[in-house]
Amino acid sequence: MTDHPATEKGEKSRFGLILHLHPRKVRESTLRYTLTFGLGGMAAMLLVIQVITGLLLKFHYEPSPESAYNSILNLQESLLFGKMLRNIHHWSAIAFVWIAFLHMLRTAFTGAYRPPRDMTWLTGLGLLLLVVLSNFTGYLLPWDQLSYWAVTVGTSLLSYIPIAGEPIRKALLGGAEVGQPTLTNFFNLHTGVIPLLIIALMAWHFWRIRRAGGVIVVEKDKESPMVDTRPHLVNREFVVAVTLLAAIFLISSLLDAPLRDRANPAFSPNPAKAPWYFMGLQELLIHFHPLFAVFILPVAVLAAAVWMPYVRSTDKNQGIWFLSPNGISSAKMAAITGTILTIIFITVSEILPDPEVLLPKVPPLITTGLVPFILATGTIWLFLKYLRRRCSPNRAEIIQAVVVMIVVSYAVLTITGIFFRGEGMNLVWPWNR
Amino acid sequence: MHKKMADNPAEPEKGRRSFLKRLWLALGLVATAELLWFIGSLLKPSRETHKSRPADTLRVIGSVDEFQAGSVTPDRVNRLYIVREADGGFLALSLTCPHLGCSVLWNEESRQFDCPCHSSAFDRRGIVLSSPAPRPLDYLPVIIEEGKVKVDMSSVTKRKKFEPDQVTYAI
Repeated sequence: MTDHPATEKGEKSRFGLILHLHPRKVRESTLRYTLTFGLGGMAAMLLVIQVITGLLLKFHYEPSPESAYNSILNLQESLLFGKMLRNIHHWSAIAFVWIAFLHMLRTAFTGAYRPPRDMTWLTGLGLLLLVVLSNFTGYLLPWDQLSYWAVTVGTSLLSYIPIAGEPIRKALLGGAEVGQPTLTNFFNLHTGVIPLLIIALMAWHFWRIRRAGGVIVVEKDKESPMVDTRPHLVNREFVVAVTLLAAIFLISSLLDAPLRDRANPAFSPNPAKAPWYFMGLQELLIHFHPLFAVFILPVAVLAAAVWMPYVRSTDKNQGIWFLSPNGISSAKMAAITGTILTIIFITVSEILPDPEVLLPKVPPLITTGLVPFILATGTIWLFLKYLRRRCSPNRAEIIQAVVVMIVVSYAVLTITGIFFRGEGMNLVWPWNR
Repeated sequence: MHKKMADNPAEPEKGRRSFLKRLWLALGLVATAELLWFIGSLLKPSRETHKSRPADTLRVIGSVDEFQAGSVTPDRVNRLYIVREADGGFLALSLTCPHLGCSVLWNEESRQFDCPCHSSAFDRRGIVLSSPAPRPLDYLPVIIEEGKVKVDMSSVTKRKKFEPDQVTYAI
């Protein structure tokens, strides 16, 4: 619509910022909602919500163990909309992790991680980690039983990283246990360092999308016509952003962010659970030696994610979810196998007597570390072998199957940890908790 | 000779440039190292900067008669348990689970320490009964002076198994 008078001078300068982020024109086919589900835009919107609500909360919050808890209580009880403000920040934080994760899954599924989008994928991976870190550092700030013990457990995980783990943990805590220095560190990380890093990395992320020529275009739609970003794309983004905002407001007015008793270092609540996004990791810790659960497995998954764009592949699943019926059936099988195997793994490890009792002479690093690790990777390897024979998937579809399997397994672990673990972290039915 | 100079006018220049480039790189590395060191010292645990006086680390928990033989008594303030052996010996155990730092609870019925976070269990001497805890509960040296049970808070000691010298007897 370059010939349209409305886009002349005045308009151009007023909406200059939008056109700084977006190209002037976008391909019509990329406007289809189901191509991206607007997840990246939602994540950006959530960042805006978090920055605004966070800055407002900062006016009231006092970062010291003596007054932090009371300042939150005071905010919730004596300030009109104080509770609402905290609720919005809380639920948006949770939504942020979810949306960022789904955004990554969508990218993985549609093959949008391959060059020239590799840097977008890698910066996105960094952003996801920062969002989780931001969540975790914010978790401590209310200084209640929930936050104190979740952070105690979460930071203790670090001490199992060989060599560097203990110094990192001590530096983060500012001492041997969670205390004033920890709160100082976490407050600064949460309200300063991490947001700045997120904004910087996000700018890079956006720029890489522009460099790649916008979002991924489905091969057959390569010739679809170009349309003006404004109004076509911008209006759609606006609708998504406003709907998201409405949903967050609705949830925040119905459900309150949890606040337990004031932190008490002498008593761990029973059961003491990590933040929900770490529950899968905590569940893994019940079954695996910590060195494997918090170091070897996560590092392996992360390394695989970094390496993913560079797997040589001639398959072009640009922008489509499944290349062939083979891909669909292999993804389905990966999902089912992942679910069943994880459930079996949890049940067997629960029923079997403890290795200390069974094999008291063998070090736990072998009985609860190496043995289950080899069993787990062996089963995945066998499954992939079977998949190759059964569905003959191509390389992209194999990657997809592995991604599905890892995600599904982590989901099962998380659900088990949240809903099926009662007092003393024993397995119980959710209705008996 | 004249020709040679005209041919290679950039030669000395090139050497100088690469030297300067390397110099900048080295300076940059030094500056980065300095910055990292400074950040590290900012993050340094405060307990190392203001060291507590030795007198502070020795805490009086109670008098010897307060603890019955075979009993396990929690001290929530100092975050430890005083275990009195059947033969009268004292053993001080840290409250902190060596797995992930939760506070273990003494279960009088089953006579064991339970960790509420990941269901580790320890016997009354702090030895692992069920995983995932990777090692026994840490212990602290007990000193008995003038009928008082004192614990040296500064040396929380890791151990692999129970040894008789971890127990202190009132003489």
